[in-house]
Amino acid sequence: MAFEGIGAAVKRREDGRFLAGRGHYVDDMNRPGQVYAYIRRSDRPHARIRNIDTSAAAAAPGVIAVYTGADMAADGIGGLPCGWQIHSKDGSPMAEPPHPVLAIDKVRHVGDPIAVVIAETRMAAKDAAELLVIDFEDLPGVADIRAAIAAGAPLVHDEVAGNICYDWHIGDRDAVEAAFARAKHVVKLDLTNNRLIPNAMEPRAALGECDIAGHYTLSTTSQNPHVIRLLMGAFVLHIPEHKLRVIAPDVGGGFGSKIYHYAEEAIVTWSAGKLKRPVKWTAERSESFMSDAHGRDHVSHAEMALDEDGHFLALRVSTLANMGAYLSTFAPSVPTYLYATLLAGVYKTPAIYAEVKAVFTNTVPVDAYRGAGRPEAAFLLERLVDTIANDTGIDRIALRRANFIPADAYPYQTPVALQYDSGNHEMTLAEALKAADYAGFPARRAEAARRGKLRGIGISTYLEACGIAPSHVAGALGARAGLYEVANIRVHPTGSVTVFTGSHSHGQGHETTMAQLVADQLGVALDQVEIVHGDTGEIPFGMGTYGSRSLAVGGSAMVKAMDKIIAKGKRIAAHLMEAAVEDIEFKDGAFRVAGTDKSKALAEISLAAYVPHNYPIEELEPGLEETAFYDPKNFTYPGGCHVCEVEIDPETGVTKVVNFAAVDDVGRVINPMIVEGQVQGGVAQGIGQALLESAAYDANGQLLSGSFMDYTMPRADNLPNITVGTEITLCTHNPLGSKGCGEVGAIGSPPAVINAVVDALKEYGVRHIDMPATAERIWSIIAANRPKMAAE
Amino acid sequence: MYDFAYQKPASVADAVKLLAGDPEAKAVAGGQTFLPVLKQRLNKPSLVVDLAGLGLSGIKQSANALSIGAMTTHATVARSAEVKKAIPGLAQLASWIGDNQVRHRGTIGGSLANNDPSACYPAAVLALGATIKTNKRAIKADDFFQGMFTTALEPDEIITEVEFPLPVEKSAYEKFRQPASRYAMVGVFVAKGPAGVRVAVTGAGQNGVFRVADMEAALAKSFAPDAIAAIKVSPEGLNSDIHGSAAYRAHLITVMAKRAVAAAG
Ligand SMILES: Cc1cc2nc3c(=O)[nH]c(=O)nc-3n(C[C@H](O)[C@H](O)[C@H](O)COP(=O)(O)OP(=O)(O)OC[C@H]3O[C@@H](n4cnc5c(N)ncnc54)[C@H](O)[C@@H]3O)c2cc1C
Repeated sequence: MAFEGIGAAVKRREDGRFLAGRGHYVDDMNRPGQVYAYIRRSDRPHARIRNIDTSAAAAAPGVIAVYTGADMAADGIGGLPCGWQIHSKDGSPMAEPPHPVLAIDKVRHVGDPIAVVIAETRMAAKDAAELLVIDFEDLPGVADIRAAIAAGAPLVHDEVAGNICYDWHIGDRDAVEAAFARAKHVVKLDLTNNRLIPNAMEPRAALGECDIAGHYTLSTTSQNPHVIRLLMGAFVLHIPEHKLRVIAPDVGGGFGSKIYHYAEEAIVTWSAGKLKRPVKWTAERSESFMSDAHGRDHVSHAEMALDEDGHFLALRVSTLANMGAYLSTFAPSVPTYLYATLLAGVYKTPAIYAEVKAVFTNTVPVDAYRGAGRPEAAFLLERLVDTIANDTGIDRIALRRANFIPADAYPYQTPVALQYDSGNHEMTLAEALKAADYAGFPARRAEAARRGKLRGIGISTYLEACGIAPSHVAGALGARAGLYEVANIRVHPTGSVTVFTGSHSHGQGHETTMAQLVADQLGVALDQVEIVHGDTGEIPFGMGTYGSRSLAVGGSAMVKAMDKIIAKGKRIAAHLMEAAVEDIEFKDGAFRVAGTDKSKALAEISLAAYVPHNYPIEELEPGLEETAFYDPKNFTYPGGCHVCEVEIDPETGVTKVVNFAAVDDVGRVINPMIVEGQVQGGVAQGIGQALLESAAYDANGQLLSGSFMDYTMPRADNLPNITVGTEITLCTHNPLGSKGCGEVGAIGSPPAVINAVVDALKEYGVRHIDMPATAERIWSIIAANRPKMAAE
Repeated sequence: MYDFAYQKPASVADAVKLLAGDPEAKAVAGGQTFLPVLKQRLNKPSLVVDLAGLGLSGIKQSANALSIGAMTTHATVARSAEVKKAIPGLAQLASWIGDNQVRHRGTIGGSLANNDPSACYPAAVLALGATIKTNKRAIKADDFFQGMFTTALEPDEIITEVEFPLPVEKSAYEKFRQPASRYAMVGVFVAKGPAGVRVAVTGAGQNGVFRVADMEAALAKSFAPDAIAAIKVSPEGLNSDIHGSAAYRAHLITVMAKRAVAAAG
């Protein structure tokens, strides 16, 4: 048998069913008596609803019910809750305006749900929705963050003055001011982090059911079914948890956008209860564009104080972050604890101060999207570092090396709350430069110039934080949820194993990676292990998958549960082999009496546990099944170096990424092939953000990029061959040593790409270019600077 | 999509009769434009008349013309040895439309009847001075395109074939793709043939495809990229959107025209 344990590039077990079209997604589920919900959404950014006349829609053929916000309110249905509370500088809690499931009195963004029509067929529901007569009074809207905080801007929520959700800060302002006062150089940079639309391949869908006894089931495209059960059951619909089951079956990609509790989940569950018929809703792609939480959307100003040798003395940052029209589930945490706490990056900057204003606008809510806050921090820092190199003339690599946190300084306390446990930035930098043949770049640039092309190379040396934890710290910072993970390991009588995890796989390959981990540790064959996820009816309360936490937190919970299995197994083995428990060793799937050839396989032990004829029944319960809840002691801190090489056609401004090398420190690797795929996917999204993607709104809040005709997703031909390497240091505080690899690609790559573009354009006097660096944007810069160059 | 009736007639005459008999009837060819429009509920036909049974597909070459049936798919044009030999720019253009699936469904007749301002075929048809043949008449390319999504076709008129005069001495198409849709943001077809030297631009103009007289004059004197390198097109009347300003499109017209001339050899 080929090696299948930790470190083996085992092919993904789930891919068989996906490739054969046998995945089982929410929209594949159909129930007897099922009816369909269609949601009428706002096509305007901001308007008062004077009246909704539902009579014609309700009378249309096939229609079973039409509900509005007023109907939900009459049933005592609450608004959608926010899972994280931030306090402003002055100690006041953030503004938390109501987020009705269906709009009440006002719509606040294009896509805001207004009414639901439920009918025998999807088409009948859609036809009838057109018959709803809604009397709108249009209001001026605002989409841009800066415009939203300007005096006299339209108010998204009448009760939220200045559209400010919170005005928060972190760091030692006085120390920073003092450092700036004695600085030799100060380098400043203004930058925008563009708004993105996640576009998971599978649109969101939800199927609500309620049986005659009042037991509800919601099947939904979720990354965290227990969180949805808690939020929806306890805060929105008031269904006790023992009567609510949430299932997230195969889910076709999430990237964060399927973490949140969405209106449609509450709508189908509530209406299934009212109608006592299963109610299904499936998003059309255009609905995804206007109702899935968007990502990023920051405007920032950054300043670094330096001494005469280019050492960073202090960093000052102020950021405006777009929240959209309502607070999505974890939105407030993204530009604060997942962003500003990362502003030390890989550098030993002794003093940092950041202030963040979160702002409401007439746009789709913004929340965590692959990377969540860390890409914004990495982009700011790595652009700033390159700008410092540009302005001071110090080589960008020498500058980074001079400011790196040295490997021997770990554990390292940053001035912005986090304590990094491990890392080696010199190691990943050196490997990445080698992988990208950095030394050979001048020759490649000269060769490109002979072809009339502008070639540039850019690097980013980044660090991020995964597996947000521990629960009590997150709670002190405003989280309204725990951040542990659960694993239940059931060794069956004949020795095969089912693992129930609170993590959820929606493309990550958990069914393979986690099975490898368990098979390796219990010493059983891979095909003896099955991973079960995504059903609150089967799994203890878990927290789901986001922030690259599944292996570091969920896998650690498995290790803890296996420890308990092994401990119990030793006691059973001791009894069976008439030895002392202390003399039993567990290795390669067998319990041995140390120093003898006596041994029992795991399957023998499990059989004894379930058929306890010869069993220490006085001191030990039968069965071999254990649960562990693992609450990490700290975040994990993956990092690394990305090197990007681009070629620009100066006539058109088109950028081609010609080479990309990523060397990441993701901690212990279970399956290198899956890690490579995760990094490549992340890099593809990062290149998309850097060069192509942008959620465009007009000033009023009309969505201009509402389909793939106008929203530029990266395609295969936009991407180079992406070389992925790993150079690891182990996480020191979890039992696996793993850190996480799901987001590093999307975090490290955007600054590497833009640094390469700026490098390619350096002859044109370009100091910075915002994302996406589209062909037109680059051409405009070239066109504007060409006369200047000619004059020189 | 709203409900509609569907008919697949077996002759052009029957198809015309169905279309003429119902003002809300619409023809469908490859459906690559029409079906998305229906799915978005932007059109509510009572009857959809499928043109697939009319025998309008195929490529014929005579001494002085290449005729392409209206229902011929982009994929067929792209890989046709006759087209590649007689008008290589046309085969190239067809090979760059959409993706493989689109090219195996979409048709030349559908593309021309639709006259999307960012469609590719109009540039070739205008630059090559082709004639659009219908069930009732022959329309010169110069008279056919009448602005964005507007043509000389009457509601019950069906394109049957497109006739390209031969011999074509030079032909090439260069396409600057709108990054998201990959339609032409600026597409330039240059040709030298029976209709003279022509430069036709698609994607850029608010009113659809147009010719660039200055470039045509310059190329008639010297068919070389340098001859047009300094000719600037005015941004006036050009499209401006989130993907490119009118000024950028104007600039790209010259760049794409130069490249097309170079490619035409
Ligand atoms: C993803 C995608 C990418 C695309 N990219 C490009 C591109 O890069 N460049 C490009 O040029 N096009 C592109 N297209 C459009 C494609 O070329 C279409 O095939 C074409 O525009 C319409 O052809 P059709 O045969 O599909 O016509 P249909 O969609 O069936 O019909 C279009 C219209 O023409 C009418 N019609 C069709 N045939 C006739 C006829 N013989 N006589 C009279 N009226 C008729 C129909 O009634 C309808 O109104 C793309 C389409 C898609 C879906």
